[in-house]
Amino acid sequence: MLLVNEEPLEWHDGMTVRDVLCARNYRFPMLIIHVNDALILKKDYDTTTISDGAVVKVIHLISGG
Amino acid sequence: MSQLAFDPSKVMDIDYTKRTEYLEGLEAIKAAHKVLKEITYTPSLPDRGYNNRTLYVNVDSLEVKEKPVTQQMKDVFIGGRGFGLYHLWNAVRPTTRWNDPENEIVISPGPVCGMTQYAGTGKSLVLSLSPQTDIPIDCNVGGFFGPLLKFSGFDALELQGKSNKDIILFIDGVKGIIRLEEAPTDPVDSHVLGEVLTHMYAENEADLPNISVVSTGAAAEHSLIGMLNFSFYDRRRKCVRFKQAGRGGIGTVFRNKRIRALVIRGPKVAGDLNHPADPETIAKTGIKFHKEIRENDPHQCMMRRNGTAHIVEIMDAYDLLPVHNFQYGSHPDVHKIDSSYWQQRCTQLTVDGCWYGCSMACAKGADGLVLKTGPYKGHMVTVDGPEYENTAGLGSNCGVFDPDDLLELNFYCDTYGICTITYGTLTAFIMECFQRGILNKERTGGLEMAWGNAEADLEMMHQMARGEGFGRIAGLGVKKMKEHFIKNGWGDPQLINDIGMENKGLEYSQYMSKESLAQQGGYALTNKGPQHDEAWLIFMDMVNKQLPTFEDKAEALYYFPLFRTWFGLNGFCKLPWNDVVPANNSSQPEAHKVPEHVQNYVDLFSATTGIKITKEDLIMQSARVYNFQRVFNIRMGKGLRLHDAAPYRSLGPVTREEYESRAERYDKQIVDEMGLDPTGKSSAEKMALHREWRTKRFSMLMDAVYTRRGWTLDGVPTLERLKELGLDAFPEVVEVVKQHLS
Repeated sequence: MLLVNEEPLEWHDGMTVRDVLCARNYRFPMLIIHVNDALILKKDYDTTTISDGAVVKVIHLISGG
Repeated sequence: MSQLAFDPSKVMDIDYTKRTEYLEGLEAIKAAHKVLKEITYTPSLPDRGYNNRTLYVNVDSLEVKEKPVTQQMKDVFIGGRGFGLYHLWNAVRPTTRWNDPENEIVISPGPVCGMTQYAGTGKSLVLSLSPQTDIPIDCNVGGFFGPLLKFSGFDALELQGKSNKDIILFIDGVKGIIRLEEAPTDPVDSHVLGEVLTHMYAENEADLPNISVVSTGAAAEHSLIGMLNFSFYDRRRKCVRFKQAGRGGIGTVFRNKRIRALVIRGPKVAGDLNHPADPETIAKTGIKFHKEIRENDPHQCMMRRNGTAHIVEIMDAYDLLPVHNFQYGSHPDVHKIDSSYWQQRCTQLTVDGCWYGCSMACAKGADGLVLKTGPYKGHMVTVDGPEYENTAGLGSNCGVFDPDDLLELNFYCDTYGICTITYGTLTAFIMECFQRGILNKERTGGLEMAWGNAEADLEMMHQMARGEGFGRIAGLGVKKMKEHFIKNGWGDPQLINDIGMENKGLEYSQYMSKESLAQQGGYALTNKGPQHDEAWLIFMDMVNKQLPTFEDKAEALYYFPLFRTWFGLNGFCKLPWNDVVPANNSSQPEAHKVPEHVQNYVDLFSATTGIKITKEDLIMQSARVYNFQRVFNIRMGKGLRLHDAAPYRSLGPVTREEYESRAERYDKQIVDEMGLDPTGKSSAEKMALHREWRTKRFSMLMDAVYTRRGWTLDGVPTLERLKELGLDAFPEVVEVVKQHLS
């Protein structure tokens, strides 16, 4: 199980950052993502795998209006 | 996830130079103009962002005079919204209402406005006592009028009095002429009037971009929700386009004063007209930012391609897009009106901005629309945008998912002088009342105001413009409609009050706030009413979980409203602040504030005015004006805790269908947040639990926010806070507050 923005998310083997975004339907293009406090760059979303139990923070920058 | 890819081959083949023209009767209209007064003055250009004078015009007595800008005005009020509030305070009394002669319309551009080296620098602020709220309303508007006013020699324009005939104020900032003209036969609606007047006052074709017209339309004469159109000449399309000062009914005040239009003719715009103290820093900061937009926007928000409509599908994905009067946050038909459609429908010119030098260029335009209804049926027109608010308000919130219907609604709102946000929210309210039997065809005069019925929706708008039928009632706005429906005994008063989305008399803008307590405050704990331009905190609060405590939310509702107030003091657009970010932003402390851009603003202000400020000074500049505005509201008999109350629809689910559509979410909150077991409880019982919990949380938020802002628990700025801000130098301000500090 992962903790994504303080909410649990089912983990699976080989799960990438991109998979987390898809699972949560996080479509906003300007995100800052930390996995266990490590910053993940946008170019690495598809290749960075996440281990079970990780804490993921997906910060959506303010927008709108 | 990334934004939708842009495929140029899918852009519709529409000739953006073709549209119906309205110049045939120009000479006759011009011949009918009669000069009422003409004076000459000495034009000037700003020095370090200021002309150090403002222009006062009384449209009744025809008095025209210059007023000095004092050092105290600049120190305390900066410009823009600050100057507007200062002039308005001095013009009105606590008993003044919107339609009294002493009420003013003030337009002020701010010291940085008119810069061409950075994006989003052509804004001016428009203020008046609102017909909807009875307190000051402020609108941040694009178009050329504000900058050209400044380059004609004035840091603000005050309009006072009420004329007994239709008039035009013409300011020629090149020749130094100010002229009031009677305009007995001019067209009424903005898309015609703007075109006619631009060509009437331009000396030749090359002069067209130097003209800007402020106007409204027919609906402003018959409703309380009239807005003002500020024109700019589009050189590529060779047509006049508009940006709107939409909220709060300033267009209604404009027509109540019998002003048909303001026309300015400014000098040819060049990069150095502001005469800044440090042009090198401005140039350097601008070049850096333009590069950032060019490199990052294509894979961030795609503002250059889609404008603000890029967030339609995003709001839908996060259950934040208002659907059916803010009942729901998403809809399966949204794909018909999201940016994947608009980027094909809108003409994709390389640059589409509303002021020179704006590389963000979000001012999209949909050309070649042939109208199906109304007085311009069969005409081919260009529709500005549509922007996000229009798509959400006129579209999803009313169940309208046909893009051509949406464009036609958008067009008529603009030309009739109707605020699209207000119209969307009030129509959504009417449609829900129709759904629930509060309204029926007998009460609407035959209009079947069912969800998605664009034909009836457009007819109601045409009625509003004609001042007829149910359209006239709709034009009163949600607050007065609620009172009218309740007085007539047409439905349960609590239900009507719960679903009527207004606060202080102003309609909500187009975001769902139910699941973000901070945004509930971001809407209701505002100076002018529920517009999202003080604080948009939904992602921080609801999605990112960055604001877990009341104190965290209160801090956000302290900082962001002040930060965003600052744009309106100076003439900035908000969008370049955070709709694109530097590539390294994610590694910066407090990345959500976009620190590099905050520093850009500090540098641009300092480089323009020569007054060195810090990012802390920036917040202090705003705090003075923000608190002054709060005291102004109190002076007008509002501005207290009771006036910050929010309709329950903005806090939580009002109806059974609403609850049951998101039952899993709401049931979970009963367990997690309230520590109760929802098993075996009816929807009505669970809704009652939510109402108690959510209402209490909102009250606790008010306490926390007022405390952080240095206000009493009744929402009154304390004397200590006024002293910190230097507002104790104004005895009238202190006196207003003292009356509420017993």
